[in-house]
Order: sequence, then structure tokens, then C-alpha cells
Amino acid sequence: MLNYFKPKNLIQIINRSQKFVFIIFILILILGLVEALILSPEDYKQSDSVRIMYVHVPAAWISLGIFSLISVLSFGIIIFKNKNFSLITKSLAPSGFVFNIIALVTGSIWGKPTWGTWWAWDARITSMLLLAIFYLMFILSWRIAGTEDKAVKLSSYIAIFGVINVPIIKFSVDWWSTLHQPASINLLKETSIHSSMLLPLGIMTAAFALFSLLIFLMKYNTELIKIKNKGLDRL
Amino acid sequence: MYGKKVKLRAVFILSIFVSLILVSFLIIKSLEENVVYFKSPTEIKVLPEVTKKKIRVGGMVKKNSININQSGVNFVITDFKNELIVNYKGAIPNLFEEEKGVVAEGFLQDRNYFKAVKILAKHDENYMPPEVAESLKEN
Repeated sequence: MLNYFKPKNLIQIINRSQKFVFIIFILILILGLVEALILSPEDYKQSDSVRIMYVHVPAAWISLGIFSLISVLSFGIIIFKNKNFSLITKSLAPSGFVFNIIALVTGSIWGKPTWGTWWAWDARITSMLLLAIFYLMFILSWRIAGTEDKAVKLSSYIAIFGVINVPIIKFSVDWWSTLHQPASINLLKETSIHSSMLLPLGIMTAAFALFSLLIFLMKYNTELIKIKNKGLDRL
Repeated sequence: MYGKKVKLRAVFILSIFVSLILVSFLIIKSLEENVVYFKSPTEIKVLPEVTKKKIRVGGMVKKNSININQSGVNFVITDFKNELIVNYKGAIPNLFEEEKGVVAEGFLQDRNYFKAVKILAKHDENYMPPEVAESLKEN
């Protein structure tokens, strides 16, 4: 079991699984896009512009999920000095950042026809922008810190600090009056999205999650190869 | 078990984390006024003074209150406790409708009258196909 944590073995496993993940991603994405763009009905109020939701909402979920994961691992990095965790967080960040930007941009495109504005400084949108800034700081910290050790520490602190923002994003629409609508999907209440629209939303979320996994595997593989080339056979 | 160093680091990072949460909480609490995107008509009623500053008011558009004439669009924003008459000239968003959420940006003339320079439609969290909405209406 422990052998799997040697970069050499991991690289082999990742190489094999990458193709597999890629094929499933493409299949799920095609299915999701057909559901979202063709088969799902239009909304009773927003008509076709509701289809932006199938990109906007999954992208926001994935970016929040990835940041939370990075932060949890960052606690592990600081406390246990786990080298492998820092490679994982470093490899997770880019896809989380990209999905964060996608959520902001699609939100803006969606806001114009429905609200009547591209941008509003309300609590949800501003806190989501703040998350993008934290992602940016996290990614940049690897470039500006002098040594590897410093970068690992700096990025972990940024992630731990930034995770405070995550519940603020989630509950901003309940705590304060915002232009952004409250959550439609709630564990304690009935969801207010019709089942015919929930299906493409779920499939698109799965597709985006697979895409993040794919990008993560690629990045992680690169990091492992770097370590292997340094001549270290163990993390 | 874990060594002493690990435990110390755990205590250290957790105390940093907890103090950061407290600091953020205090900052947000003190900024409450600005975090809120709009005020409700009830909050307008209890304002200590009518401000000259640009503010936002939000609520529901009252049923049968939209009136379009030469002075522009007139409607009433309600939070089902208090009401505010709004006058507006300009383009209105597609989702602006009676009994739907709205946010008006502009200047308060007095406690009952608001001159808007921008109207934003507030969307609710319900999504459904037209047929379902139709059958809901019938019931």
C-alpha cells in the first residue's frame, strides 16, 4: 500500500487513469450539454436565458468545493508538514480558479437580461470576487515566495485565511438583502427548481467535477515528474 | 501518537484561525450598513433623516400599482408592512413585473416618495417550465 505513494508508481497510475477520466468527461459533457441546451424546458419567466444556470451554478459549486478542499489540506500541511498535500493543493488551485472566473463571467452575462445590470456590489457577488482574489493570491504565492518551503507555508496560510470567506459566500443571500436570489437547493427544504431542470444541472456538475479531476491529474503528474527528476524517489 | 511539535503546530494554527474568524466577524458586523444591498420601505420609514445620498430600496412591486404616463413609470414598492411610491424614467428590465421583486436606485424625496434613476429586477429562486407555472396558477 505504501508503495503507491512513491512518485514512480503514482505516475503510472495517473497516466493510466487520465485517458479513462477524459473519455467519461467527454461523454458526460455531451449528455449534459444536450440536456441543458436542447432537451430541458425553458423557464416560465426567464425563457431561454435560464440555460446559463447550467454553467453558472456548477462552476460556482466546483470553485467553492475545490477551495474548501485546498483549505482542509492546508491545515494538514501546516500541522503535519505533509509534502504530498502541498503538491495536491498546488495542482487543485488552477481549475478552481478557472471555474470561479467562469461563475463570475456567466453571472454577469445572466445578470444583464434578468436583473438589468452586468454587475452589482451585493454581498454574494462581492464575496465571490474575493474568492477569486484568494485563488489568485494562492497561485501567485508559489511564484513570489523565494524557496519551496516558504511557498508551501505562504499558500497554506492564504488558503486557511480564505476559507472564512466560503461560509460567507454560502449564507450571504440569507444574512443580508442582496440582488442575487437565495439558494434554490437546500438540504432542509424542498428545492425550488423543477425536476426537468435539476437533471441537466446535476449532469453538468458531474461533467465540471470530472474536468477538474482531469486538470488536477495532469498538474499533479507534472509535479510528481518534477520531483522524480530531482532524483528524490520519495516524497 | 503525534509528537509534541505536531500538537503545538495544531494549537498554533487553530488559534490563528479562530482569531481570524473573530476579526472577520467584527469587521463584517461593523460594515453591516454597507453590506446590505438595499433597504426595505420599513427601514426607510424609520430613517432618522431623509438623506440626499443615492440609496437603493427593494421589495415587491405592489399589485395593480404600475402606472405608465408622461412622467415615466410610477409604481409602489411594498414589503407588506410599509409602502413607497417610486417614479422612474428610462428602460426597465424584462423581469420587472407586478408582485415580483425589484430594487430601485435613486434619491429619496420624502419618506413616501422616491425618484429612481435605475431599476433592477430581483429574481426569485423558483425555476420551472411554463406548463408547470400555468398549472400552479390554476390550482
